[in-house]
Formats: sequence, C-alpha cells, structure tokens
Amino acid sequence: MRNAVAGGGSGVLALGVPGAEEKTFDVAMRVDGGFLRSVFHSMLTARILENKLSSLYKAGKIVGGVYLGRGQEAISASLGTALIQGKDCFAPLIRDQAGRTAFGEPLIDCTRTYLGSVEGPMKGRDGNIHRGRPEMGMPAMISHLGAQVPLIAGMLFAKRLKGTLDGCVGATSVGDGATSTGAFHEGLNMAAVEKLPMVLIVANNQFAYSTPNNRQFACADLVDRARGYGIGGFSVDGTDLLACASVVSEAVRLAREGGGPQMVVAKLLRLGGHGEHDDASYVPECAKGGHYGRDCIEVAMRQLAEGGYATVDEMLAWQEEISEEVQRAVAQAQQEPVPDPYTEDWTALSTKFPMTTK
Amino acid sequence: MDGAFHEISNDYKVSVTYIDAIREAQATLLREDPRVFLYGQDIASFGGAFKATKGLADEFPGRVFDAPISEDAMIGLAVGAAIEGMRPIIEMQFADFSSIAFNQIVNQAATHFYRTGMPIPITVRLPSGGTPGSGPFHSQSMEGLYAQYPGLVVMTPATVSDAYHMLIDAVKINDPVLFCEHKLLYRWLKAKAINGDGLPIGQARIARPGKHATVVTYSAMVHEAVRAADRLQADGWEIEVVDLRSVKPLDLDTVLASVARTGRLLALGEAFPWGGVTAEIVAKVTEEGFHLLDAPPQRLNARDTPVPYHPKLWAAHRPTPESICEALRKLLSF
Repeated sequence: MRNAVAGGGSGVLALGVPGAEEKTFDVAMRVDGGFLRSVFHSMLTARILENKLSSLYKAGKIVGGVYLGRGQEAISASLGTALIQGKDCFAPLIRDQAGRTAFGEPLIDCTRTYLGSVEGPMKGRDGNIHRGRPEMGMPAMISHLGAQVPLIAGMLFAKRLKGTLDGCVGATSVGDGATSTGAFHEGLNMAAVEKLPMVLIVANNQFAYSTPNNRQFACADLVDRARGYGIGGFSVDGTDLLACASVVSEAVRLAREGGGPQMVVAKLLRLGGHGEHDDASYVPECAKGGHYGRDCIEVAMRQLAEGGYATVDEMLAWQEEISEEVQRAVAQAQQEPVPDPYTEDWTALSTKFPMTTK
Repeated sequence: MDGAFHEISNDYKVSVTYIDAIREAQATLLREDPRVFLYGQDIASFGGAFKATKGLADEFPGRVFDAPISEDAMIGLAVGAAIEGMRPIIEMQFADFSSIAFNQIVNQAATHFYRTGMPIPITVRLPSGGTPGSGPFHSQSMEGLYAQYPGLVVMTPATVSDAYHMLIDAVKINDPVLFCEHKLLYRWLKAKAINGDGLPIGQARIARPGKHATVVTYSAMVHEAVRAADRLQADGWEIEVVDLRSVKPLDLDTVLASVARTGRLLALGEAFPWGGVTAEIVAKVTEEGFHLLDAPPQRLNARDTPVPYHPKLWAAHRPTPESICEALRKLLSF
C-alpha cells in the first residue's frame, strides 16, 4: 500500500471509502493524538462560527452571501493542521473555514470580512469568503473556480527560484465542480510538470451548486485523474476524521519530501445549500440519509472519545470556549466602522502617474 | 522634434530593431534584478516564436522557462510568484491567446491591490496587431479590453527606444502591466541606437508637430499617421501626431494641449471599432475640451469583422495612410 503511493508517484489509494477495497493506515503511525485534537478543535470552531454566521445572515446582519463548509470540516481542518503557517502556503476556497482556522487565520478576519468592518483584511472592498492574507502565505480567493491552483503553483515556483522551497508545501482546495474548469487542468498539469510540492484537496460534496456529479464528470472517481496528471492520488471518506487526518498528513508528507503534487479526493456531502440563501431542495433524501450524509463533527467526537484522544467533557468545554470566542469576534466586528465612500481611496493601482523609475 | 520617425531608417547599417530592444530590455532586467524571470511558450532554448528571448536561457540559466500551452495557468503562476516577491515577465506567444488568460489577468491580477493592499508586479508581453497573412487569431489588438479593467497598466510603445525603456519601466512598476508590442514593428522598425532615458510612463509624446489637426494614436498606427501627415503636407496641411505611448494611464493633458492648438481631433487605432481606446479619447476630449473643438471629433479604427487572412483584405481592414488621409481631409473640410 505504501509502495503504491510513494513508489510510483501516481498510485491511487483509497481509505475509509465504503465499497472500495479495504485498505487502512495505522493511524497512530501517522498522526498523533495532539494532531487529531487540533484538527477537531478547528472543525468545531468552524462549525460554531458558521452557525453564528448563518444566524446573522438570517437576521439580515450580513449583506451578500454566506457560504458554509458544513460537512467538509474534517478534510479542510486536516489540511490546515498539516500545513505550517509561515513556511507553507494555502489558498482556501469557499468551504474552508475549518482549514483557515487550522492554518492560523484569526476568527476576527472572518467576522470583519462578513460584517464589512474597515479593520478587516479586505476593508469592505471584498466580502465573505473572498478574504486572505497573501503576505502570510494565504492568498485571497477569487470566485472563478480553479484559479487558485496555478496561483499556488506560482508561489511554490517562486520559492524554488528564491532557494526557499526545501521542505515547503503549497495547498489549495476545490470542489467537484471546479475539476471541470480549464484553470484546474492547466494549473494541476503545470504543477505536475514542475514537480511542485502541491497538495490539492478535491472535496467531492456531490453537488456543484445544484448540479450533481453525473452532470459534472464521467470518470468513475475523480481520483482516477491523478494518474493522468502523473501525480499522487488519494481517495478518502471525508466524513471520517481519522481517515482524513491520516490521508492528508500522508499527502502533505509526500509533497514535503519531494514526491511532487498530491491530489486527495474526499467523498462527502455538503450539509446545506450552496449558500445560506439556498435550501438545497434538490439534494435527494437518499443522499442525506446515506453514509456521506452523516455529520463529520459527530463522527469525530465519537472517534476521539472512543480512541481516548479526548473526553466528552473536554470537547464540551472546548465548545463553550469557542462559543465565547466567536461571540467576541462578532461583537468586536459589529462595533467597528464600516467603509466610508467619501474617504475611500478609489484607486486600483499602487503606482501614481506620470511616473518615472529612473 | 523628438520623434520616432527619426529613428526609422532604410539604412541597413543601423542595427537596433524594435524586437532587439525588447530582447535587450529583458537581458538588462535579468542582469540587474534577481527577482525577474521569464516564463512563456517556447521561450527558453528556442528563443520564442519571434526570438524576443533568443539566447537569454543560456545567458541566464535557471531564469527563463518554457511553459506548457496553458495561458491561464501562466498568469496564475505569475501572480503567485509576484505574491512571493518575484517580478515575472510572461510572454504570450500572441496577444490573441491572452483571451485564455483573461480571467487571471482581469480578476486575479487586476483586483489584487484593491482587494488586499498587495500590488502584483507582473509584466505580460503581448505580441499584438496585424501582419500580412496572420489572420483572425494572430492579429488582435487587445489594449482596449484590458484598459477597460481597473488595476491594469496598458503600454503601447511605438518606437525602438520606447520598446526598451517602457519594458524596463513595466517590470519596475509595482502593478500588473500589459505590454502591447506590435509585431509589425518587430523587424521593420529600426533605430541607430536606443536613446536616452525615455519619457515617464503616463506622458504622451508629440511624434510630429502640426497646427491644423491632431491625430491621437499609439503603437504601429503612429507610423501610419506620420506617413499620412507627410502626404498631406504637400497640400499645405500641418498635421500633429500624438503618440500616447501608454493607453492607460492616458495622458489627456498632452492630448488637450494639442487639440487646443489645432481645434481638430482624429483618434486613430488598429483595434476593432466598437468602444475601445479611440472612443475613450473622443469621449474625454469632448467632455473636457469641447470648447477647443472646431469640428466634430472623428475616429478611425479597423473594420468590425475579424482580422482577415488575405493581405489584400487585411490591408483594407486596418487604417492605412490612404484611409487616414481621407479621414483627415473630411475633418479639415468641416
């Protein structure tokens, strides 16, 4: 099994996926209890924060959309936890609140951006999930899907030119829908050609907005594409914390050690609409009631408790702490000024013209 | 008179062509700035489709890279590299193919400074404009499209010296620059040497002084306008030609000062006629210099069809000295 991944560089490995040939990692060998606790803490933080965002939206306190990562926390937080802020780079996408938190984005960046505070990283110039801190290795996503794949490739390419690439990883996430874009293909192929240490998470949540998988792609499993790109491929049950944590850690380790790009396809279900404006009535009951309809947070709590990684009391205490932290981040952002069109610097260029560089 | 036209010579002993200047500028940038690297299709050992990077891969090992045929990802890579502090120069093999990269240019690169406060110093070289036999997909002029978007600088050098100095400036500027270099000028336009330091970016140049009418133009059309002006001189007309140098920023001061002298404006461009740079010039002069005008401002562009393949059709599709003279006579007779 290990050889299929590390040896060929284009092996495909499935873990915890129902129906797939049973293949298991020894979790203890790859992730320790501290890692699992850390992943879960970020999952829980994201869930509590996003529940609050949903309430704020429904109360009319948030303009624009609210886009949640409900159901995708395990895979997203596993990635964010496996990365090292200050060394690695991470381009989160729409459903990566858990990964952002795990990577080190402060909660206040989220609440400020959603609530339009001028103190936020986007200063009211962009909103919701379109935020980032590129100077900290976390670029701000644009809405055009797949676009961050070559961008992360470029960040890694630059690190190579600067001589600082050793031991670094660059990561980004997409959904099943983004795998149909030209940008995804171009960027992943480019990363493969350059053998960059990139980890690409494909969160296959079965619906791109309302479009189901059978109108999105025709291959049996998106992970099959890894072979075509000549990169490592993993398939994992995205509702299973232990599986996500170990597979993502392994993918990150392989990339970090020079194994080239690694693609992880997480099977899961989006537990909600595309955004909070969407009731997701198109998601059939059988999907909601099926294996992937289970809530990864509940699965994770059970796994942590049963494995002795955390007690239920501990997890309940975290929940209280996080709720208070979320409340503070919301309250602070709500007190802060919103942008003022009269004092806004209406310029899209940093350069003043006419200019001379001489 | 500081003029591009004076750089043009039929003397075959002169040695610096427009494309030499572009190659030389890239060599200078690679030599002087370790943050600069070149990325594009066929640009490494092959030296590029137009040889704009000939020999640079050997001279600067590990700094000049062949890209896969992935224009979107090429710009995505450049933006990522810029975030990491590099100064990439991306060669689009033809400006036309930048349509594939449009998203990364206008949404990723152009919005980045406004959204995040971090400027993106990338330079995208666009081999632009028509040449005989190049047809619909190797002839386009994209400057108007990119100029429409906030957050981009769009340069359109018309002279050998500008090709050199403006490319140096493009890479030094902290914002994304679309460098529209005209393919027709690559080998046809020659100069004895690369002159001086160049004008600041954002300042237009009087390519030919006159007093009866102003032609505002840029890139290869500067030379067609000067030819037309030379012909009209035989009839006693003195036509002023303004070379914008960059279409964004647009030096309206120089344009208005010229229109103030002549009272007549023809905005000339090689791009398609709907909207674009010439429409912007007419709109701005009408808004801010209506009182200076003695005649309705005119526009002359290419025709509203794809750029045709056959040289006879192509020559009739784009403005020529003949059609420019005709437009100017109409303007002068108002």
